[in-house]
Amino acid sequence: MPQPKKGARLGGSPAHQKLILANLAKALFEHDKITTTEAKARLLRPYAERLITKAKKGDLHNRRQVLAVLRDKDIVFRLFDEIAPNYENRPGGYTRIIKAGNRKGDNAPMAVIELVEALTVQQTAVREAEAATRRATKEKAEKAAAPAAEVVEEAPAVEAEAEAAEATEAEAAEKE
Amino acid sequence: MAVPKRKKSRSRTRSRRAQWKAAPLTLVACENCGQTKVPHHLCANCGTYDRRQVVEV
Repeated sequence: MPQPKKGARLGGSPAHQKLILANLAKALFEHDKITTTEAKARLLRPYAERLITKAKKGDLHNRRQVLAVLRDKDIVFRLFDEIAPNYENRPGGYTRIIKAGNRKGDNAPMAVIELVEALTVQQTAVREAEAATRRATKEKAEKAAAPAAEVVEEAPAVEAEAEAAEATEAEAAEKE
Repeated sequence: MAVPKRKKSRSRTRSRRAQWKAAPLTLVACENCGQTKVPHHLCANCGTYDRRQVVEV
Protein backbone atom coordinates (compact mmCIF):
# COMPACT_ATOMS: atom_id res chain seq x y z
CA MET A 1 0.00 0.00 0.00
CA PRO A 2 1.38 3.41 -0.84
CA GLN A 3 2.50 5.22 2.29
CA PRO A 4 1.46 8.88 2.41
CA LYS A 5 4.33 11.25 3.07
CA LYS A 6 4.72 12.76 6.50
CA GLY A 7 3.62 16.31 7.13
CA ALA A 8 1.14 18.57 5.47
CA ARG A 9 0.70 18.77 1.71
CA LEU A 10 0.91 22.14 0.02
CA GLY A 11 -2.16 23.16 -1.93
CA GLY A 12 -4.28 20.13 -1.12
CA SER A 13 -3.59 17.68 -3.95
CA PRO A 14 -0.38 15.99 -5.10
CA ALA A 15 -0.60 17.68 -8.48
CA HIS A 16 -1.00 21.11 -6.89
CA GLN A 17 1.93 20.49 -4.57
CA LYS A 18 4.12 19.51 -7.54
CA LEU A 19 3.14 22.70 -9.35
CA ILE A 20 3.71 24.90 -6.30
CA LEU A 21 7.16 23.44 -5.70
CA ALA A 22 8.15 23.67 -9.37
CA ASN A 23 7.01 27.28 -9.54
CA LEU A 24 8.82 28.16 -6.31
CA ALA A 25 12.00 26.52 -7.61
CA LYS A 26 11.65 28.45 -10.85
CA ALA A 27 11.28 31.72 -8.96
CA LEU A 28 14.24 30.85 -6.74
CA PHE A 29 16.55 30.10 -9.68
CA GLU A 30 15.42 33.24 -11.47
CA HIS A 31 15.79 35.68 -8.58
CA ASP A 32 18.33 33.93 -6.28
CA LYS A 33 16.25 34.97 -3.29
CA ILE A 34 12.51 34.67 -2.63
CA THR A 35 10.23 35.35 0.30
CA THR A 36 7.61 32.71 0.99
CA THR A 37 5.97 30.98 3.93
CA GLU A 38 8.27 29.00 6.15
CA ALA A 39 6.47 25.71 5.39
CA LYS A 40 6.94 26.21 1.65
CA ALA A 41 10.57 27.21 2.13
CA ARG A 42 11.25 24.08 4.20
CA LEU A 43 9.74 21.85 1.49
CA LEU A 44 11.43 23.77 -1.30
CA ARG A 45 14.93 23.42 0.13
CA PRO A 46 15.54 19.68 -0.56
CA TYR A 47 13.59 19.94 -3.82
CA ALA A 48 15.69 22.82 -5.17
CA GLU A 49 18.96 21.34 -3.92
CA ARG A 50 18.26 18.11 -5.77
CA LEU A 51 17.79 20.14 -8.95
CA ILE A 52 21.08 21.96 -8.34
CA THR A 53 22.84 18.62 -7.86
CA LYS A 54 21.49 17.55 -11.25
CA ALA A 55 22.67 20.84 -12.71
CA LYS A 56 26.15 20.23 -11.29
CA LYS A 57 26.36 16.94 -13.19
CA GLY A 58 25.42 19.00 -16.21
CA ASP A 59 24.92 16.36 -18.91
CA LEU A 60 22.05 16.16 -21.37
CA HIS A 61 20.14 13.53 -19.43
CA ASN A 62 20.16 15.61 -16.25
CA ARG A 63 19.25 18.71 -18.22
CA ARG A 64 16.20 16.93 -19.64
CA GLN A 65 15.21 15.70 -16.19
CA VAL A 66 15.36 19.25 -14.80
CA LEU A 67 13.56 20.61 -17.84
CA ALA A 68 10.74 18.14 -17.20
CA VAL A 69 10.26 19.79 -13.81
CA LEU A 70 10.94 23.47 -14.45
CA ARG A 71 9.61 23.68 -18.04
CA ASP A 72 11.39 26.93 -18.77
CA LYS A 73 14.51 26.83 -20.94
CA ASP A 74 15.79 30.24 -19.86
CA ILE A 75 15.72 29.32 -16.19
CA VAL A 76 17.22 25.88 -16.81
CA PHE A 77 19.99 27.55 -18.81
CA ARG A 78 20.63 29.97 -15.95
CA LEU A 79 20.62 27.08 -13.45
CA PHE A 80 23.09 24.97 -15.43
CA ASP A 81 25.41 27.69 -16.74
CA GLU A 82 25.37 30.37 -14.04
CA ILE A 83 24.27 28.84 -10.75
CA ALA A 84 25.72 25.31 -10.84
CA PRO A 85 29.38 26.31 -11.53
CA ASN A 86 29.37 28.37 -8.30
CA TYR A 87 28.78 25.23 -6.28
CA GLU A 88 31.40 23.00 -7.89
CA ASN A 89 33.31 22.39 -4.65
CA ARG A 90 30.39 22.71 -2.23
CA PRO A 91 29.08 19.33 -1.02
CA GLY A 92 25.39 20.23 -0.72
CA GLY A 93 23.70 22.94 1.32
CA TYR A 94 23.13 25.32 -1.56
CA THR A 95 20.27 27.26 0.01
CA ARG A 96 19.77 29.24 3.17
CA ILE A 97 16.46 29.82 4.98
CA ILE A 98 16.07 32.85 7.23
CA LYS A 99 12.91 33.28 9.27
CA ALA A 100 11.29 36.62 8.60
CA GLY A 101 8.43 37.02 11.06
CA ASN A 102 4.71 36.59 10.54
CA ARG A 103 2.71 37.85 7.58
CA LYS A 104 0.20 40.58 8.10
CA GLY A 105 -3.27 39.31 7.24
CA ASP A 106 -3.08 35.62 8.09
CA ASN A 107 -0.16 35.65 10.57
CA ALA A 108 1.65 32.96 8.56
CA PRO A 109 5.32 32.58 9.50
CA MET A 110 7.37 33.83 6.54
CA ALA A 111 10.92 33.02 5.51
CA VAL A 112 13.49 34.22 3.00
CA ILE A 113 15.08 31.36 1.05
CA GLU A 114 18.15 32.21 -0.98
CA LEU A 115 20.95 30.55 -2.91
CA VAL A 116 24.16 30.75 -0.90
CA GLU A 117 27.25 32.43 -2.31
CA ALA A 118 30.03 30.42 -3.97
CA LEU A 119 32.73 29.22 -1.59
CA THR A 120 35.75 31.52 -1.59
CA VAL A 121 39.22 30.02 -2.05
CA GLN A 122 39.93 30.66 1.62
CA GLN A 123 36.75 28.91 2.79
CA THR A 124 37.57 25.90 0.62
CA ALA A 125 41.05 25.70 2.12
CA VAL A 126 39.70 25.99 5.67
CA ARG A 127 37.12 23.29 5.05
CA GLU A 128 39.73 20.95 3.60
CA ALA A 129 42.00 21.54 6.59
CA GLU A 130 39.15 20.85 9.00
CA ALA A 131 38.30 17.65 7.17
CA ALA A 132 41.95 16.60 7.31
CA THR A 133 42.16 17.17 11.09
CA ARG A 134 38.92 15.25 11.55
CA ARG A 135 40.34 12.35 9.56
CA ALA A 136 43.61 12.47 11.51
CA THR A 137 41.91 12.43 14.93
CA LYS A 138 39.67 9.59 13.79
CA GLU A 139 42.65 7.53 12.64
CA LYS A 140 44.49 8.33 15.87
CA ALA A 141 41.49 7.22 17.94
CA GLU A 142 41.28 3.98 16.00
CA LYS A 143 45.00 3.33 16.45
CA ALA A 144 44.81 4.17 20.16
CA ALA A 145 41.84 1.84 20.60
CA ALA A 146 43.62 -1.09 18.96
CA PRO A 147 46.97 -1.16 20.92
CA ALA A 148 45.27 -0.07 24.18
CA ALA A 149 44.04 -3.61 24.76
CA GLU A 150 47.58 -5.03 24.36
CA VAL A 151 49.05 -2.40 26.69
CA VAL A 152 46.53 -3.24 29.43
CA GLU A 153 47.55 -6.90 29.29
CA GLU A 154 51.26 -6.06 29.55
CA ALA A 155 51.00 -3.46 32.29
CA PRO A 156 50.23 -5.71 35.32
CA ALA A 157 53.12 -8.01 34.47
CA VAL A 158 55.55 -5.07 34.32
CA GLU A 159 54.27 -3.71 37.64
CA ALA A 160 54.63 -7.09 39.31
CA GLU A 161 58.25 -7.34 38.16
CA ALA A 162 58.96 -3.84 39.46
CA GLU A 163 57.47 -4.68 42.85
CA ALA A 164 59.52 -7.83 43.05
CA ALA A 165 62.69 -5.89 42.28
CA GLU A 166 61.90 -3.32 44.98
CA ALA A 167 61.24 -6.07 47.49
CA THR A 168 64.58 -7.74 46.84
CA GLU A 169 66.36 -4.37 47.16
CA ALA A 170 64.66 -3.75 50.51
CA GLU A 171 65.63 -7.19 51.76
CA ALA A 172 69.20 -6.58 50.70
CA ALA A 173 69.25 -3.29 52.61
CA GLU A 174 67.92 -4.93 55.78
CA LYS A 175 70.61 -7.64 55.66
CA GLU A 176 73.33 -5.05 55.49
CA MET B 1 -28.99 14.49 26.69
CA ALA B 2 -26.64 15.50 29.49
CA VAL B 3 -26.98 19.14 30.41
CA PRO B 4 -25.36 21.31 33.11
CA LYS B 5 -27.32 21.15 36.33
CA ARG B 6 -26.20 24.49 37.72
CA LYS B 7 -25.39 27.86 36.29
CA LYS B 8 -21.64 28.57 36.46
CA SER B 9 -21.19 31.47 38.84
CA ARG B 10 -19.43 34.62 37.67
CA SER B 11 -16.75 33.85 40.24
CA ARG B 12 -16.04 30.40 38.78
CA THR B 13 -16.01 31.71 35.24
CA ARG B 14 -13.69 34.57 36.13
CA SER B 15 -11.40 32.35 38.22
CA ARG B 16 -11.05 30.03 35.26
CA ARG B 17 -10.40 32.85 32.85
CA ALA B 18 -7.86 34.40 35.20
CA GLN B 19 -5.50 31.65 33.99
CA TRP B 20 -5.69 32.82 30.36
CA LYS B 21 -2.34 34.53 30.14
CA ALA B 22 -0.18 35.54 27.23
CA ALA B 23 3.39 34.23 27.46
CA PRO B 24 5.97 37.01 27.34
CA LEU B 25 7.79 37.20 24.00
CA THR B 26 11.52 36.44 24.02
CA LEU B 27 13.34 39.34 22.45
CA VAL B 28 16.98 40.12 21.80
CA ALA B 29 18.79 43.22 20.58
CA CYS B 30 19.72 43.27 16.90
CA GLU B 31 23.48 42.93 16.47
CA ASN B 32 23.46 45.52 13.74
CA CYS B 33 21.02 48.26 14.76
CA GLY B 34 20.30 47.48 18.41
CA GLN B 35 16.53 47.35 17.96
CA THR B 36 14.73 44.52 19.76
CA LYS B 37 13.90 41.60 17.51
CA VAL B 38 12.72 38.00 17.74
CA PRO B 39 15.74 35.69 18.12
CA HIS B 40 16.72 33.61 15.05
CA HIS B 41 14.66 35.90 12.84
CA LEU B 42 15.43 38.60 10.34
CA CYS B 43 15.61 42.07 11.92
CA ALA B 44 12.45 43.87 10.80
CA ASN B 45 14.13 47.24 11.32
CA CYS B 46 17.36 46.91 9.32
CA GLY B 47 16.80 43.68 7.31
CA THR B 48 19.97 41.97 8.51
CA TYR B 49 20.53 38.51 9.92
CA ASP B 50 23.83 37.41 11.42
CA ARG B 51 25.26 40.84 10.44
CA ARG B 52 24.50 40.16 6.78
CA GLN B 53 22.09 42.32 4.78
CA VAL B 54 19.42 39.85 3.66
CA VAL B 55 16.63 42.14 2.45
CA GLU B 56 16.57 45.83 1.61
CA VAL B 57 14.39 47.90 3.93
